[in-house]
Amino acid sequence: MRWIWIDRFTHFESKKSATAVKCLSHAEDHFGEHFPGYPVMPAPLILEGLAQTGGILVGEANDFREKVVLAKIPNAKFHREAMPGETLTYTAEMVDLRPEGAVIKGRVTSDGDPIAEAEIFFAHLDQNRSAQMFGDHNFVFSGELKYLLGIAKRVAVPETPA
Amino acid sequence: MTQDDIFQKVKATLVDALNRDDDEVTASSRLQADLGAESIDFLDIVFRLEREFGIKIPRGELFPESIFQGDPSLVAGGKITEKGLAELRDKMPFADPAELDKFAADPKLDNMGDLFTVNLIVRYLKAKLGA
Repeated sequence: MRWIWIDRFTHFESKKSATAVKCLSHAEDHFGEHFPGYPVMPAPLILEGLAQTGGILVGEANDFREKVVLAKIPNAKFHREAMPGETLTYTAEMVDLRPEGAVIKGRVTSDGDPIAEAEIFFAHLDQNRSAQMFGDHNFVFSGELKYLLGIAKRVAVPETPA
Repeated sequence: MTQDDIFQKVKATLVDALNRDDDEVTASSRLQADLGAESIDFLDIVFRLEREFGIKIPRGELFPESIFQGDPSLVAGGKITEKGLAELRDKMPFADPAELDKFAADPKLDNMGDLFTVNLIVRYLKAKLGA
């Protein structure tokens, strides 16, 4: 199963913010069942796209060495439904970044129109324990995500010297 | 900052972190049993307190973790050992001594969560801020 809920990055500033877009197509399976005759994007999938945008921002901050997992969504607000044919813009801003994890503030819009906003808390899996459980391979940042990371690299804003 | 100022800020932090109503958070509320906090919430709470109070809270300082890491000299048969209790007192100088004594009387690991109250956070911050 493909589990990529963003199409490309349009802006990437290391440790600060990332913007990605997702084009909604009627061909996506979820629209068939959610709901028959009234296709709207399931809210958890909207959040998944936001979490992928933010998760990559958090992962890149440590050169993808950490296994970044979504730990908690302390709050989320949904303003309106998203329909096939719309292009969602996901913006994630880093609020906090530390050794144990990170917090991002995220916003989802369609053509400037607010769709949703959420705060997302990511944890870095404990280095020692996760190595025991999963080995050294970083299963979070692998496969299809690498393609997206290539795009993120191309749009990345060069880091300003401190 | 007075103790009440600290309490009000801690309360607002917990209302946000744990999605509770304002009147559910009192000084004696236990984070787990009364407010439904799970392990990941403790990290979230620490991050929020740091932002709210503009301080650094080193890992394990507010919520000591060493006791949970399966060291048999600290925890045996589901109970905290004498050495474990000494370690707890040492790591939590900010805790209410009466609460620690109460826990020491029946030091089941399962009861340890009851030590983590709103009041404990307020006492920790008061000591930390030198208020």
